[in-house]
Amino acid sequence: MASITLSRLRKMFGKVAAVNDVSLTIADGEFVALLGPSGCGKTTTLRLISGLETPNSGSIHIGERDVTALPPRSRDVAMVFQDYALYPHMTILDNIAYPLKVRGVPRDDLVAQVQSVAQNLQISELLMRRPGQLSGGQQQRAAVARAVVHRAQVFLFDEPLSNLDAKLRLEARAFLRHLQREVGITAVYVTHDQAEAMALADKIVIMKDGKIMQVGTPLDVYRRPLNTFVASFIGSPPMNLLPCCLDAGQLRILAGDTTQTISVSSALIPAGVDSGRPFTLGIRPEHVSVHTLPAADTIQATLYVTQTLGSEALVIAQVGDLLITVRLFQDEAPPLPDEIYLSFAPDRLFFYDQDGQILQ
Amino acid sequence: MKTPLQRIVLTVFVIAVAAFFVTPLLWFVFAPFNPQVSLAVTIPQNPSLANFAEVLNNSLAMRGLLQNSVIIGVGTMVGTSLTAALAAYGLSRGNVPGRDLLIYVLILFSSVVTGTASMVPIFRLVFTLGLIDTHAGVIMVMIGGLLPSAIFIVRDFVDSVPRSYEEAAMVAGASPMQIFRDVTLPIMQPGILVVGVWVLVNAWGAFLIPFILLRNPDLLPASVTFYTFYDVESGTPQIRLISAYAVLYTLPVILLYLLINWRYGFRFFGGIKQ
Repeated sequence: MASITLSRLRKMFGKVAAVNDVSLTIADGEFVALLGPSGCGKTTTLRLISGLETPNSGSIHIGERDVTALPPRSRDVAMVFQDYALYPHMTILDNIAYPLKVRGVPRDDLVAQVQSVAQNLQISELLMRRPGQLSGGQQQRAAVARAVVHRAQVFLFDEPLSNLDAKLRLEARAFLRHLQREVGITAVYVTHDQAEAMALADKIVIMKDGKIMQVGTPLDVYRRPLNTFVASFIGSPPMNLLPCCLDAGQLRILAGDTTQTISVSSALIPAGVDSGRPFTLGIRPEHVSVHTLPAADTIQATLYVTQTLGSEALVIAQVGDLLITVRLFQDEAPPLPDEIYLSFAPDRLFFYDQDGQILQ
Repeated sequence: MKTPLQRIVLTVFVIAVAAFFVTPLLWFVFAPFNPQVSLAVTIPQNPSLANFAEVLNNSLAMRGLLQNSVIIGVGTMVGTSLTAALAAYGLSRGNVPGRDLLIYVLILFSSVVTGTASMVPIFRLVFTLGLIDTHAGVIMVMIGGLLPSAIFIVRDFVDSVPRSYEEAAMVAGASPMQIFRDVTLPIMQPGILVVGVWVLVNAWGAFLIPFILLRNPDLLPASVTFYTFYDVESGTPQIRLISAYAVLYTLPVILLYLLINWRYGFRFFGGIKQ
């Protein structure tokens, strides 16, 4: 049990800053997901916490202890690797027991502990097999068992589900969350899958180019993305981001050759929006409605495509050179004419400046 | 399409080439069992084991085969394999600047310069160290000659082993020596075996180095004790005995190869999800 504090962490690979001035506090018992596209520095951050990489500057504390200069084995962390890294020449029993073995735990004691962990993870009958004889899901459980067995202070997961097929991934997601609750351990989880991060984490850290873009609970980052990167990364389908400007109190959407205006109560337009400068308007697909007839505050659009996804349906509409996605919570997309009209829920609009930062 | 004439010419050519390579092997199979052997390939009229009996009674030759060759062969194999494993691991995992260049230069020197050309300096070096006429001297010189290529082969193998195996062990709490012993060495095992067999075959067949560095006849390996079967006065080879000795000399290497191939099969077994 321990908290983790990263302060002003920086890691360079050649001239590239993989992790650039990252500061983060992870509370004791918290499940934190590091989320971002590949190359954003999330795995490097995890490896810095584990000690497999040493930072160029900054410090790492686990609990009260400064571990910045300590090797991995002195940090009391456990890690699950993306490729599981189960030793091919050992049985599953020996694999899981390895962290205990290097700590000099006597054989009887060690076997008993492995068996109890294996029972929890439902892999008891696999203990005498070798990794090559296990399915992907079983290997994943064995790798988690190896991490659980020595009761480290911190759990680190490096995209542990990315090698599983979609169905197993959902099962494993629930199982990991359940396990973390049960053990009550501090966990850091790296993923590029926003749905996985949303489902698992108490807190999501979204990274881009080695920098933290936003930290918050899943609901926080979904409800109030602080910048256009987070807005477009969280949520599937992502938020619609439309170039816009303010014209005589009305929002004018700049869609290439054409423009469309909607009037929005001035109380809902943040003070930071300057009438002279263009900005980006954000609206989630579920907050856009489709109409077949024009009405007040609708914009005209052409039907681009509809998609039926079972639990929901998507309508993609074209306005000038922009595509706007609409999400309908019904199992089938309604029949629509080519000419459609869209309206936006006015209290669900986000305004971002030209640098992509939210306007208050 | 080939004309019948072309086919005939081709077939005759292939048979001629095959005969060129197979005939010496046939001699090698038949001659040891022939009490009246000549350099011609003949199927023995009354095959006997008399040649082997005479060879087995030659204590110098048998000590060379069963004791000295084994000591030199196994010593060189163990020494080279272990050193190559450690060096290859370091070169593959560590951050050594210019490591590729280093290895290529080493290989170049070991293959071009050693052997006959460096025999004088090697002799002087071994002499100064007081290792002339010892197995240790022979073994060390052979390790030195074989090591660069061995490192190259093992390093290629280590490069293909994912680092996450070692990283998992590091995070699990193992010390570097524990990681090498428990994780890296077993995973590298097939690669080390390949090198081990290759080194043993080389050391078993080496003639020049033991011939130059050893004086005492009791220390000579089998490759040199072949000279026992030359007439002292005339210098003519007793090919009847040489052929029998050659069979005994070749047998262990072939058996070792078969054993390792059967037991380990020169394979890599995976535990990494691709």
